[in-house]
Amino acid sequence: MTKYAHRLKMQNDINTDYIISGRYKFKIQDPKELSKHIFEDIEDNFSARINDGDFLVAGENFGCGSSREQAPVALRASGLRAVIAKSYARIFYRNAFNVGLCLVECETNYIDDMDELELDLEENILRNISKGVNLEIKPIPRIMRQFLEKGGVVDYFKEFGGFEEVM
Amino acid sequence: MRQTIAEKILSDHSAKRARAGDIVIANVDFCFGQDGTSGMIIDSFRKLGVENVHARDRFCMVIDHSSPSPNMGVSAIHDKIRFFGKEHGVKVFDVGCGVCHQLVPESGYITCGDLVLGADSHTCTYGALNILSTGVGSTDLAIALASGKNWFRVPETIKITVSGDLPKGVYSKDLILHIIGDTGADGATYQSVEFYGKTIDDLTVDSRLTISNMAVEMGAKCGLMRADKKTLDWARKHSLREPRSIEADEDARYIQELEYDVSDLTPQVARPHTVDNVCDIEEVEGTPIDEVSIGTCTNGRLEDLEVAAKILKGRKVAHGIKVIVTPASRKIYVDALKKGYVETFIEAGAIVNNPGCGPCVGTHQGVLADGEKAFSTANRNFKGRMGNPKGDIYLGSPAAAAATALEGKIADPREHKRRL
Repeated sequence: MTKYAHRLKMQNDINTDYIISGRYKFKIQDPKELSKHIFEDIEDNFSARINDGDFLVAGENFGCGSSREQAPVALRASGLRAVIAKSYARIFYRNAFNVGLCLVECETNYIDDMDELELDLEENILRNISKGVNLEIKPIPRIMRQFLEKGGVVDYFKEFGGFEEVM
Repeated sequence: MRQTIAEKILSDHSAKRARAGDIVIANVDFCFGQDGTSGMIIDSFRKLGVENVHARDRFCMVIDHSSPSPNMGVSAIHDKIRFFGKEHGVKVFDVGCGVCHQLVPESGYITCGDLVLGADSHTCTYGALNILSTGVGSTDLAIALASGKNWFRVPETIKITVSGDLPKGVYSKDLILHIIGDTGADGATYQSVEFYGKTIDDLTVDSRLTISNMAVEMGAKCGLMRADKKTLDWARKHSLREPRSIEADEDARYIQELEYDVSDLTPQVARPHTVDNVCDIEEVEGTPIDEVSIGTCTNGRLEDLEVAAKILKGRKVAHGIKVIVTPASRKIYVDALKKGYVETFIEAGAIVNNPGCGPCVGTHQGVLADGEKAFSTANRNFKGRMGNPKGDIYLGSPAAAAATALEGKIADPREHKRRL
């Protein structure tokens, strides 16, 4: 099945308020329901465009601002396979892997909206099939990879009772 | 030695010689959540399968962001927080106590040299008290709550030295806005910032808290200051534990060193919709304003209310403007009452909220209408932040906010120099 890129119109400094507004984080507890409102304040009908396994594409400092974990939770619940951005803000970076959302760091200038993409975490390559180019991605730290493999930090913690395993 | 403050505090708490770039497992001295994040902390804690919290006296929850509750959904979250508090015997600061970032230091839980986690991005506020404090998400917080520990990447450090005397009508808020405007919203991502210089030394502890509070707005993990006599006196007065001052080594490694001179600094304003969209107040002077908010974890302390009261005393706010004052804690509220500031605000035509976050997060107590413009002393002006994506938010100092309240448009507080 083909997986597509969804490039945000606004690229840099996408804050967690834009990912999911404070209006909803108190109101809605169900992640799937929450995911219907992602990026609502900056783009119309964004969540409706996403199919399972698709990719979100942004620029620098993605996820800055508030520490709300509802941001990566809502993105993951929307069906996105991964976020692809040039860089991430630190609280969001931790939160995403903690809840099992994959973040890919690479050059995103050569990815247009609706380009067909394929992610290879073994080779650290993002293939842009539409453009016929391979983009090198920054290797994901080992500890984060392990959280992803377990589906998030909670299951990792339950299995190992701490982080000593990865040190 | 050659260690920065962050490297030293993380070394102390991990029994490992921490260098920038290392990952360490460190003991956390104190952690907390607020009402926007505690619901998920509780959920994650339960999922971890741990029966009891690691240490009851090293955790609290604060009901501040949407407080008192404006709707049933929030009421249910507040109820869940209260229930967990009773179940585990942990402290809950309920409706009316104030903002977490004022209550946590004011109540004595933390002191110089500590490592603190908060499920709120502005947890970096206590860097001004020589504390490595940083914001995390709810699950990371739940792990600290369950185990007393978490993993940390040791940050690189940027050293910022500030010199010169702040001109009258110009404050620490203007300084930090100026720095953020210069470095950008990602100027210090994943890094620690250390603030030095005579300007910082001359500031009160309250004014320093304003600076560290906004370190996250340049992406920083923490915004640290050394503990001088003022800090230690403050810590001894408030903290339940003896402070432990941590200084960087003279030859500590910094990845960047920045210098600022504030002698000619003018009042600064962050324009919509990013905190780094900063300009001199002259550029936006005269912009019509519908709502003024004075308060929050950035500028809701007694000295902030004092400066606003000085400008507003015996005067009336502009016709049609909503002026909302929110003291950061109950103690500050009572002190402001005793000093007559609350009376000044009310007589001027302002509204005084219960202590808490006020309209900052856009859930209650002053949500903007379409097309409305707010001038706020808060730390964020993102689109939608004050509850309406069609509203505009300008950020500035309490003095600028008070001057703006009088004019009904953005106004320079230096016009009121004689009162300051």
